[in-house]
Amino acid sequence: MGEQLYDIIIVGGGPAGLSAAYSAWQNGAKEILVLERDREAGGILQQCIHNGFGLHHFKEELTGPGYAQRCYDLVKDKPEIKILVDTMVLNIGQDKTVTAVSPEHGLMKVKGKTIILTMGCRERTRGAIRIPGYRPAGVFTAGAAQRMVNMEGYLPGKKIVILGSGDIGLIMARRMTLEGCKVQAVLEICPFSNGLTRNMVQCLYDYDIPLYLSHTITAIHGKDRVSGITAAKVDDHMKPIPGTEFDIDCDTLLLSVGLIPENELSRGLGIAMHPLTNGPIVDQHRETSIPGIFAAGNVVHVHDLVDFVSEEAEIAGKYAALKAQEQLPEDVADIAVEAIDEVRTCVPQHVRATAEGETIRLFMRVRKPMKKVRLTVKSGDDTLLTKVLPVAKPSEMIAVNVPAAKAKGHHADWTVSVKEEA
Amino acid sequence: MTKQADVVVIGGGITGTAILHELSKYNLRAVLVEQEPELAAGTTKGNSAILHAGFDAPTGSMKALMNVEGNAMYHELKDELDLEIRWSGSYVAALDDEQVDVLKELLARGQANGVPGLKIVSGDEMREEEPNVSKDIKAALFAPTAGICWPFGLALAFAENAVINGAEVIRDCKVTDIIVEDGAVKAVETDQGTIETKYVINAAGVHADDISRLAGDDSFTIKPRRGEYILFDKTAQKDLVYSPIFPTPTKMGKGILVCATTHGNVFVGPNAQDLPEDDKDDTAVTIPGMDEILDKARRLVPNIPVGATITEFSGVRAVSNTGDFIVGPSEKTTGLLHAAGIQSPGLTSAPAIAKKLVNLIVSETGASAKSDYKKGRPAQPCFRMMLDADQKALIAKDPRYGRVICRCETITEGEIVDAIHRPVGARTVDGVKRRTRAGMGRCQGGFCGPRVTQILARELNIPVTEVRKEMRNSYMFYNKESGGKA
Repeated sequence: MGEQLYDIIIVGGGPAGLSAAYSAWQNGAKEILVLERDREAGGILQQCIHNGFGLHHFKEELTGPGYAQRCYDLVKDKPEIKILVDTMVLNIGQDKTVTAVSPEHGLMKVKGKTIILTMGCRERTRGAIRIPGYRPAGVFTAGAAQRMVNMEGYLPGKKIVILGSGDIGLIMARRMTLEGCKVQAVLEICPFSNGLTRNMVQCLYDYDIPLYLSHTITAIHGKDRVSGITAAKVDDHMKPIPGTEFDIDCDTLLLSVGLIPENELSRGLGIAMHPLTNGPIVDQHRETSIPGIFAAGNVVHVHDLVDFVSEEAEIAGKYAALKAQEQLPEDVADIAVEAIDEVRTCVPQHVRATAEGETIRLFMRVRKPMKKVRLTVKSGDDTLLTKVLPVAKPSEMIAVNVPAAKAKGHHADWTVSVKEEA
Repeated sequence: MTKQADVVVIGGGITGTAILHELSKYNLRAVLVEQEPELAAGTTKGNSAILHAGFDAPTGSMKALMNVEGNAMYHELKDELDLEIRWSGSYVAALDDEQVDVLKELLARGQANGVPGLKIVSGDEMREEEPNVSKDIKAALFAPTAGICWPFGLALAFAENAVINGAEVIRDCKVTDIIVEDGAVKAVETDQGTIETKYVINAAGVHADDISRLAGDDSFTIKPRRGEYILFDKTAQKDLVYSPIFPTPTKMGKGILVCATTHGNVFVGPNAQDLPEDDKDDTAVTIPGMDEILDKARRLVPNIPVGATITEFSGVRAVSNTGDFIVGPSEKTTGLLHAAGIQSPGLTSAPAIAKKLVNLIVSETGASAKSDYKKGRPAQPCFRMMLDADQKALIAKDPRYGRVICRCETITEGEIVDAIHRPVGARTVDGVKRRTRAGMGRCQGGFCGPRVTQILARELNIPVTEVRKEMRNSYMFYNKESGGKA
């Protein structure tokens, strides 16, 4: 394969990549290439065989593979869209040359007028959170265990402890229970759960699986294979409290302790990154600091729902297509969007305002769980949007639209605030 | 199994494999037995990976002799066996005048030990080479002959060359007894059967005293002393160091250092914790231990990037009651030779220890050198280091080199298959990791672990449920109650 020029090269064929490809096609892009490293498109959804996906985006409840199939069906027979699987991107050059490799096509170099980064995220590991004890077999990230159980047909163990109440951990608590395993406990270092409320209910409470909040693991036992763990209560600084230790018998420890956007290629390119999202800084079109390189989905910030991933990818796909066709409107001002008060992160981090204005959709996460909060978006002293939300939790993204009519002309920097109502 | 050998080496760490390599140059039937499924599974995998210059040990000690000779030998062996070594030099840093005096003692001792090129440099001179070290460092002893290495790779290189030259490595093979008749070694009993032999070389690391006792020699004991480490991502190196940076040593040892690896990571450690003698394999890591090493490492390099931590691990040093290496024939049992108490600088000393012990056997038996001894070992393809044209050619020959299994380190299926089918090939997931780096990156095998497991099962023709992580009973996966789909 020679160095062919595409309108758009999409790195990653998960829900973000497929949704971006479809949106780019809808918006007139003619040569679209999707590069996927796994044996099939669909990304992590392929192993998420539980239901609960698609309620917002497809208006019906789907399984992970079901959602992936919907995304795939939209792009599969389009002559303008080529999907290469079993293909790993090794490098992206500043000139938008993508070097990739596959067993079928060997080493290839392709060039894009634009590129969309949709590499997703990876799981935080044991080492990153410093769990003391031995290093036996039987310690898995929840996602690795999920792949083994759901796609390959093996169990990671029979008697399970799960550290972290992230959604994958909660889903795996139920999955392992349904496979006939005994889930001894879910331990969470925070005083609140880090998963969706529905997953707490449907995956733990419905199966009487004990959840220990403000607890962590102080030792892993077993030299060859895990034989148990020691848990302890933690203080306000998340340090184990001496004297509160207790042992739990298990042969397996699953870790669900956070996700990290997979940005090695982005960093290699020198794209400006945000220290809290761990993803590229993007504007409302999801264009990064390098013109013509867009990013969407979990590579930008970790989402709670795949529906929002698709939505964000459609934005990136649309504007990458317009950019490739040189139809992206000129911007007249670059406005910073700053997360303040209890808002931890807000995407996009800046808005390139155009003369005619457009609706700006903001995705944000808060620092702590709260009831009855006021969300306010301001441009300088002008309030663009304010509303009261009954609850706000770190585990659930908040999405709001600033309508075009409101956004237009407000070129002073924006602030996005969430505060508890007095 | 009952088999005959001329020499049985017990223990497949750096010492045992270096001995096997040396034995394989002679017309001797040499067999190495290792209790774990992989070589280098003990102290060799958990140490500072430094090839020391040789100024630490007291002049005239076995440690000093073997260290200086071993260091020189590695300078030759690096090319011959394609060893992963970087001759980085090393620094011992002094923070006050008292410590500067210690540097002067070290310099004099090093010169007496025959270490070439030692010099004391000022703190500023050191900071020109290592800009991230503490402003408080007043002076440092620089040793140009020191280096850093990949210890597992060194042990494997020795073993691979030995096997190519007819030596045998038996893994998953635990020694249960040593048969001694009329004060002389007759056979080694293992859980895989009996090996009849006149010579046994005891390179059993922390268990060397147990092995010695099996052969009727209780002349020494080994105390296990654990050291913990923290390893950082490659992205951290630019803010840290390129050479090993030691504190000024104390009576307790060489202290906690900050050091790069040959693969571009950085680590800090080790501390020193004496373990109970009935728990010699306690490679746990502890919170106080990790806090201690970070605290001490910051005195040398203030900005340790805790957020870039990839993993923590520990190793156990084999400390003999004599304080020195025990290298030579047993005084109690004929045919038993010891390479015991091999703590630091054991990695550096291994080839010298091997030569010393094998020379003894050769002179006693009159064994002749092999006329067809083959140097080197099969080249190990490394996809990520190749030029585009070479990558293309390799994939054209074997498309499996076009399938990336480990994303963090860009390791292809072709390299993993090669690692499994090489001499003394990988049998476990960690065995693949240490031969190829698959699983050694920032995701620590989260993505590639299940895939490597399946490649191992396929290539070794065993069920997935029999694939192990590393140690004897470290099975990874179970069948589903329903039998699973596989």
